[in-house]
Amino acid sequence: MKEKLVTLSIDGQKVQVKEGTTILEAAKKAGIDIPTLCFLKDINENGDCRMCVVEVEGRRGLATSCIQKVEEGMIVHTNTPDVVSARRMVLDLTLSNHHRDCLTCIRSGNCELQALAIKYNVQEVKYDGEKAKTEIDDKSPSIVRDFKKCILCRRCVSTCKKVQDIGAIDCAQRGFESCISTVGNISLNDSNCVFCGQCIEACPTGALHEKDDTEKLREKIYDKDVITIVQTAPAVRVGLGEEFETPIGENVQGKMVTALKRLGFDKVFDTNTGADFTIMEEANEFVDRFTKKGKMPMITSCCPAWVRFAEKNFPKQLSHLSTCKSPHQMFGAVIKSYYAKKMKIDPSKIFVVSVMPCIAKKYEITRPEMEADGIRDVDLVITTRELARMIKQDALDFNNLEESGFDDPMGEATGAGAIFGTTGGVMEAALRTAADVLEGTDISEIKYEQVRGEKGIKEAKLELAGKKINIAVVSGLGNARKIMNQIKDKKCKYDFIEIMACPGGCVMGGGQPIKSSKIRREQDVRKNRADSLYNIDEKSTIRKSHQNPVLIKIYQEFFEKPASEKAHKYLHTSYNKQNKYDI
Amino acid sequence: MKTVEEIHKIAKETRKELELRINTKADTREKHILICHGTGCTSSKSPLILETFNKIIKEKKLKNVRVIMTGCFGICSKGPIVIIRPEDTFYSMVTPEDCEEIINTHIIGGKRVERLLCKDIKGNMVDRLDDLAFYKKQKRIALKNCGVINPEDIDEYLAFDGYKALEKVLTKMSQDEVIDEISKSGLRGRGGAGFPTGKKWLFVKQEEGKQKYVVCNADEGDPGAFMDRSILEGDPHSVIESMAIAGYAVGANKGYIYVRAEYPIAVHRLEVAINQAKKYGLLGKKILGTTFNFDVEIRLGAGAFVCGEETALLESIEGKRGQPRLKPPYPAHSGLWGCPTLINNVETYANVTRIILNGSKWYASIGTETSKGTKVFALGGDVNNVGLVEVPMGTTLREIVFDIGGGIPNGRNFKAAQTGGPSGGCIPEEHLDTPIDYESLAQIDSMMGSGGLIVMDDSKCMVNIAKFYLEFTVSESCGKCTPCRIGTKRMLEILQKICSGNGEEKDLVKLNELANGIKKASVCGLGQTAPNPVLSTMKYFADEYKEHVVDKSCRAKECKELAKIVIDETKCKGCDLCKKVCPVSAISGEVGKVHKIDQSKCIKCRTCMQKCPFKAIG
Amino acid sequence: MPNCVDKKIIKETQEILSKFTNSKDNLIIILEEVQKKYGYIPQLAQVEISEYLNIPVAEIYGVVTFYSRFTTKPKGKYNVSVCLGTACFVKGSKEILERAKQKLGIEEGETSKDGKFSLDSTRCVGACGLAPVFTVNNEVYGKATVKKLDEVIDEYMKKD
Repeated sequence: MKEKLVTLSIDGQKVQVKEGTTILEAAKKAGIDIPTLCFLKDINENGDCRMCVVEVEGRRGLATSCIQKVEEGMIVHTNTPDVVSARRMVLDLTLSNHHRDCLTCIRSGNCELQALAIKYNVQEVKYDGEKAKTEIDDKSPSIVRDFKKCILCRRCVSTCKKVQDIGAIDCAQRGFESCISTVGNISLNDSNCVFCGQCIEACPTGALHEKDDTEKLREKIYDKDVITIVQTAPAVRVGLGEEFETPIGENVQGKMVTALKRLGFDKVFDTNTGADFTIMEEANEFVDRFTKKGKMPMITSCCPAWVRFAEKNFPKQLSHLSTCKSPHQMFGAVIKSYYAKKMKIDPSKIFVVSVMPCIAKKYEITRPEMEADGIRDVDLVITTRELARMIKQDALDFNNLEESGFDDPMGEATGAGAIFGTTGGVMEAALRTAADVLEGTDISEIKYEQVRGEKGIKEAKLELAGKKINIAVVSGLGNARKIMNQIKDKKCKYDFIEIMACPGGCVMGGGQPIKSSKIRREQDVRKNRADSLYNIDEKSTIRKSHQNPVLIKIYQEFFEKPASEKAHKYLHTSYNKQNKYDI
Repeated sequence: MKTVEEIHKIAKETRKELELRINTKADTREKHILICHGTGCTSSKSPLILETFNKIIKEKKLKNVRVIMTGCFGICSKGPIVIIRPEDTFYSMVTPEDCEEIINTHIIGGKRVERLLCKDIKGNMVDRLDDLAFYKKQKRIALKNCGVINPEDIDEYLAFDGYKALEKVLTKMSQDEVIDEISKSGLRGRGGAGFPTGKKWLFVKQEEGKQKYVVCNADEGDPGAFMDRSILEGDPHSVIESMAIAGYAVGANKGYIYVRAEYPIAVHRLEVAINQAKKYGLLGKKILGTTFNFDVEIRLGAGAFVCGEETALLESIEGKRGQPRLKPPYPAHSGLWGCPTLINNVETYANVTRIILNGSKWYASIGTETSKGTKVFALGGDVNNVGLVEVPMGTTLREIVFDIGGGIPNGRNFKAAQTGGPSGGCIPEEHLDTPIDYESLAQIDSMMGSGGLIVMDDSKCMVNIAKFYLEFTVSESCGKCTPCRIGTKRMLEILQKICSGNGEEKDLVKLNELANGIKKASVCGLGQTAPNPVLSTMKYFADEYKEHVVDKSCRAKECKELAKIVIDETKCKGCDLCKKVCPVSAISGEVGKVHKIDQSKCIKCRTCMQKCPFKAIG
Repeated sequence: MPNCVDKKIIKETQEILSKFTNSKDNLIIILEEVQKKYGYIPQLAQVEISEYLNIPVAEIYGVVTFYSRFTTKPKGKYNVSVCLGTACFVKGSKEILERAKQKLGIEEGETSKDGKFSLDSTRCVGACGLAPVFTVNNEVYGKATVKKLDEVIDEYMKKD
């Protein structure tokens, strides 16, 4: 069917667009950038903030350009005095109820409200008055909610409810008292929030942010009695550069490693190696379950937000989860056991720091299971954003840093480890190993196109060693719930499922650089970052986890073989039902 | 289930019995004692009066007397009201203790109980309800059955042409003919904005889609308005019947009545009426032997003014926060659960059956050029006759306030009339002769609204009134869009500043700017009209705003921080009354001599002002 | 583990729920029933409703706090409510409200420490003919004056 075209006039320019286009999109085509604030494409389309209003001839009142669709012959004006004064008023009112402590705000410089205030040259707030709420919720290890900064755009609510299907927060009260709240305004820590952090990515201001651990970290770095070892997740290297104005998704691994060394870490390792460990264990666990008719389907467990989601929402299905710890937890355990022993360091003196694209990892390291012999696997997690913050504080000229490599002897990782950072990556990496294990050969065809791409649920039928395997790759917790309900209703046809809480996987994690609504609308952030990871994989000499020489050596010297008793002690974990709400 | 014939038979027989209700010369030995059971009279114990009458009748073994609960008679300030038919004797402010005397003197003795008769403004005794000036200029269409029938008895409704209109449309009219009839009648939405009803019906009918809904908006949120409540309490079947007619016309088989839970009596009567209608087969499947199916369900509003806005109401029916949706799409296209939905308010529906039965020509002959038919108002505030009035469109405000309402009590003067509630404006004396219709009210910066009409005398401060409405809007704003959520709050803050004596002239400019901005930029009707009370008072009572800001004074002395209450030495007779009533002993003076108020003690409660027989205090 | 009071609330809420289908539009009617039963809507009841209707509990909380008939805190045994509808306002109901605050020693929306009285204001109970009006539970008191309010509250103070 041919799409119908609509012709309209915007500020005197003729524009032709497809039927169903919004005025906002049509204006963009005419080179007019209508300001928005609450709008988040496909997620939050409520028309609440009124920043994007325009005049449509013949229509009473002002039209909401972010939602309203174009009509044939429509005459739109985007900059009449009425429109501009309405926008100014809306902006003024929004600012009047906002604690304007921009200088000390975590989002200063990357705040959509601040950007609008600059654009509209707001020099004083005309309608100042009482401000609504002032509390701060910082009880959880992962996330901070600062009500003083909230402008009630509801982007977080829509993300939590519509994308993630959690609904930990919603709009409560009404009128001026309206606020975004959990049930009874309990802390997110005690709610059904799983710390995916997607709300932070959606927030235009500083009302939602990660719990900042950079100060704590700096103390440890400068503590002479402590050996600080840092590891970086695959997705960090394709996000970090954005904080320093590189193109979206550019791989800055070399500079990142240099920066970490300059920050003062004693050793800089790659979590990709940890990912290789995960694959060794997980692929073998799968083969074991598959061939011995264990609990099926098996579901990946490297995403802590997903694990918390499962524990809170599907306690009876927890045995479907792989018992493997996530890569950075495994790697922390390896560092504090094998590596410490080998280097003759007292493991209690080692302080392992993970740089993650994720805020749930901050929570994950606090889980009681994440230790062996009383030694915690990982001691601190900072996000990509926090790392950028530290680099800026240390005044490192990031873009002009030399490139350097990860430290030996743990630095060598495979391409399989790298693609962990995107949706489908864990599955692809696992399949590469599982296929070899099942077939007993070194298979050369290692690209699994079916599991790549942006779709929230991807499925494929494979044949390995003469056996049919149904797999699914799921990202976004809304999609995860759908799959879990299938399992619950015993209607699930899959054998192996990868689940990541964030839509698009870790590259789009809640700890990654925050992109404005406009960038999210106009650029494919996920694809740029994911492509960059696939590029690393392509260029890797070794692309299968079980062929990683570092791993082979450590298994020989320490773990013996996957799923060994020792492997279980250090590399596996368990799950327990969690109350949905602590009230 | 009853057949059409059975229903006709019930109607005919009951009608015979009820002739005395509307005909003073009815040939009968029966007497009907009608007792108002609207919310007003119920609050003053009318159910106990009914009980007492029944008890006495039983004790005395009287025959040919029936006691009947009815809906509102209209003149609530005289309640509880008892009317004896067929002679139409009207007793006001009756207490349970009066019942015995009414039975003995009136029912048995055949004489009127004079002390219970109502007096008009001039002090003349009024014998019959219809003789009251209050009713002289009224025309009852929507309220036709209110106060005549027992709202909880479907047979009584049937007796007065009940469900005849539904039978007519189902058996004799096509969908288009029904819509055409409504269009031609000129009926416009009685909820406030006045959209042509026929057009609305047509839009819904034209929509494709199997599932359509008919909704009755009975979320009467305007504080001080009780028209819809009275219709539901007095004549619930007329609304249900009209909804079924609308359902037939637009092709819907499911209806919802969204009614405030604060109206327990109305909810109860609706429940009773729906059950009775179902029992008679007037709701449900194959209504009146035709192929038409229609069902009605009640949904309760849980206390949010904004739910009177049609899209917010839809959200609320769906079980959500009552936050308005952006329009377009309009409910006619995408309403309840995305299906085409017709929404009309109670009073609009109440007119439908009459239009179908009497014809669009008849209806269109009443009213003005652009506004046809009648409008029900809830007349309240500083007016002698508080109550429910129904007048033809085009009646002037002066007629309503002074002829029907009997003017301003306590010898005070008229200052303003407020229509349209928190969305409307305050109309000053200079516009009292404006004929009431949608257009002319809009021209004088007010609006028809749902029908609240509050009269204010000259002891009221108009800035304070504007503040009152803003307080209402602020507490009822849903919080969805910025202009309404924060803007109305800022307007209120400015008004508070002005009323507390801290206002500056630039505040008036700000207030005006903000008001106009909010009107333009808000999402829904509530926000778009919230500034109206401020804008209209700023226009018509600009001098009062100026006084507050520049002279730091409030002529009505309602703004306490600005009020200085003093005794006019030339008028004070030294009667000592003010001294006695002053709660803080701020007044001194010997009997017979001029009194004085100690300003350091005075709390500006105005009790002395109200009590002073010589109007010496102000 | 939930204590006995919690268990009771859960069980009773489930009883209420069993009268309704799990269609989401039943939410407000269910809340109305729960409010009627407890005089407020306990958090545990909200969780039960959430599970039954498959609506996130934060959304239910959003609905509860949106509508003024629903409360999340228990009201007093005697809830005094002063009408602030326009008709009552014009007739001086603000003064009645002020007096009620003074007399009961609580602000609007509060409950006295002994749980006996709570105070709030309403927007029009529909008895405009009797303005100004206040109510105590379901009893309507019309043509109110400060003196009448005092007398009525004194009466209730004498009661249990």
